[in-house]
Amino acid sequence: MNRGSKRWFKKFFSNFSAVLGFVLLLFFLGVALFAPYIAPPKPGRDAYMMPIVTWSSDPIPPSREHPFGVAGKRDIFYGVVWGTRTAFRIGIIVTISSTLIGLVIGSIAGYFGHLVDELLMRVTDIFMAVPFLVAALVLATILGAGLDKVIIALIVFSWMYPARLIRGNILQVKEEQFVMAAKALGVSDLVVILRHVLPNSIFPVLIQASMRMGSLVITAAALSFLGLGAPQGYADWGALLNYARNWMLGSQGQALQYWFMTVFPGLAMVLFVLAWNLVGDALRDIFDPRLRV
Amino acid sequence: MTQPQHENMLEVKDIKVYFYDDEGRELKAVDGVSFSVRRGETIALVGESGCGKSVTSMALLQLVDSRGKIVGGKVIFEGQDLLLLPEAKMRTVRGKDIAVIFQEPASALNPVYTIGEQIIEAIILHQKLSFRQAREVAREMLRLVGIPEPEKRLNEYPHELSGGMKQRAMIAMALSCRPKLLIADEPTTSLDVTIQAQILELIRELQKKLGMSVILITHDLGIVADMSQRVVVMYAGKVVEEADRTEIFKNPLHPYTIGLLRSIPRLDREQTKLETIPGVVPDPSSFPVGCRFRGRCLYESPTCCEVPPPTLVGNNHLVNCHHWQEVRQGKETARF
Repeated sequence: MNRGSKRWFKKFFSNFSAVLGFVLLLFFLGVALFAPYIAPPKPGRDAYMMPIVTWSSDPIPPSREHPFGVAGKRDIFYGVVWGTRTAFRIGIIVTISSTLIGLVIGSIAGYFGHLVDELLMRVTDIFMAVPFLVAALVLATILGAGLDKVIIALIVFSWMYPARLIRGNILQVKEEQFVMAAKALGVSDLVVILRHVLPNSIFPVLIQASMRMGSLVITAAALSFLGLGAPQGYADWGALLNYARNWMLGSQGQALQYWFMTVFPGLAMVLFVLAWNLVGDALRDIFDPRLRV
Repeated sequence: MTQPQHENMLEVKDIKVYFYDDEGRELKAVDGVSFSVRRGETIALVGESGCGKSVTSMALLQLVDSRGKIVGGKVIFEGQDLLLLPEAKMRTVRGKDIAVIFQEPASALNPVYTIGEQIIEAIILHQKLSFRQAREVAREMLRLVGIPEPEKRLNEYPHELSGGMKQRAMIAMALSCRPKLLIADEPTTSLDVTIQAQILELIRELQKKLGMSVILITHDLGIVADMSQRVVVMYAGKVVEEADRTEIFKNPLHPYTIGLLRSIPRLDREQTKLETIPGVVPDPSSFPVGCRFRGRCLYESPTCCEVPPPTLVGNNHLVNCHHWQEVRQGKETARF
């Protein structure tokens, strides 16, 4: 390990919130990875479909058999555990694809400027002008049911943010003298972008991406809550909340009677978002070369 | 200028670089600049900030900001007009035949790569060397520019080096492909005085060792006196005077050159106040018609509304002024 990376590790672990974020993230990763052992699926069944455990549609409070209770005839614990995989899947696929699309568009716009920039940024504006949730909702409806459709809808309406960010950063970095110095050494445009401009402008984008990872999961959950996306019974935090829709207000005189229906999936979401935000913050502190002393 | 053709390694003829602002106005940042550089010679491009010296030098490499355009002229480098070369060919000239060192080493080095990585990139770009060999060359270059512990420095990031060390590394990078012409764009402006002298000495030494020509861009006439054989004085995008070093200092004929020389603080003379040139450099969008020094000049007359012709006065001394004769006479009576 060289001196540089040692220093990064030291910085990383000297920061409490960074450690907390990192531990939370590891915890979720662990849950996702070991889901088959934590909540074993019935053999021969699709593991992502929450098995039906009761015939009554009334929620059942937490018990020894169902530690998080039962909602919509399905075990909440099973849903939360396998929902972690769904959350990672949505978060990672959407974030990586939208960031890549945004990177390409933003880099081209920022580096070449002028007409190209004008054109691409106006397209970006058009996409941004549409309220994100509504747009994703409409597109997901048009595309039909299915997790993949939700993912597509989310990608289509979230690439603009990295695009704008990277464009702004490139505009700033390309005025730096080392870009001119690289050109004066005979480096080609493509290599200048890839080797000299991007590495100096990409960190804010990566940080933004890690933070968006969390919030995307919320958005995806919102879509499932509204009944779009994952099919009936699919292990997904938002779908679990959907089951709670009719029971949220509790019963006469017992407002919190069905607390378990919202608390467990909700807690999972909050912690998931928190983990990504803390890790994003930590990444910014450590990796941004311009903040290095 | 009167030298035979083959002696000139570089001949810049009437180069024009215009910029276009958002309203589509034409800004004639460099407007018909000509000069030449002989093999092994150092010429100094002198002038105030914004007079177009940096733009001129980067235009030699066809590197102009995207808002600007080279609209005319010739850059004949070893018999070939560089402005006619396609971009791909031009890239083989940049860095290999003509290299640049910049004013601020702190920003001219990429903060995310080590010194070694950056020098090696430059070497591999133009020479058929393996990574190992390139690294060897890079270490040799660092040694050549006087960086102690070159092996260790190769693995360090720019922010771990001092300003002077960074400039040395920058020079090592520029010289790693043994260019024939070095453009030094205010190489010492951002360094403190003791380091300045070292860096200039280094450039001079390496110039002798490698036999290259140097275009030194500066506004510091002290450096000019120290380093260059010929001096080209620029004002507002035009050459106002060109002469050998001793001639410029002993016998300046353009009022602007005289103003520049007078505004150097001197220890050998009693001075209560430093002389300045009245007024400011005109905005490129509203250069005066005719002589661009009009309005700041003591010798101004109605004839100055015409563009002053370049006049050869004496040995290799070129001046663009209608009144150079009066200037010469006036000087004999003045205290300068």
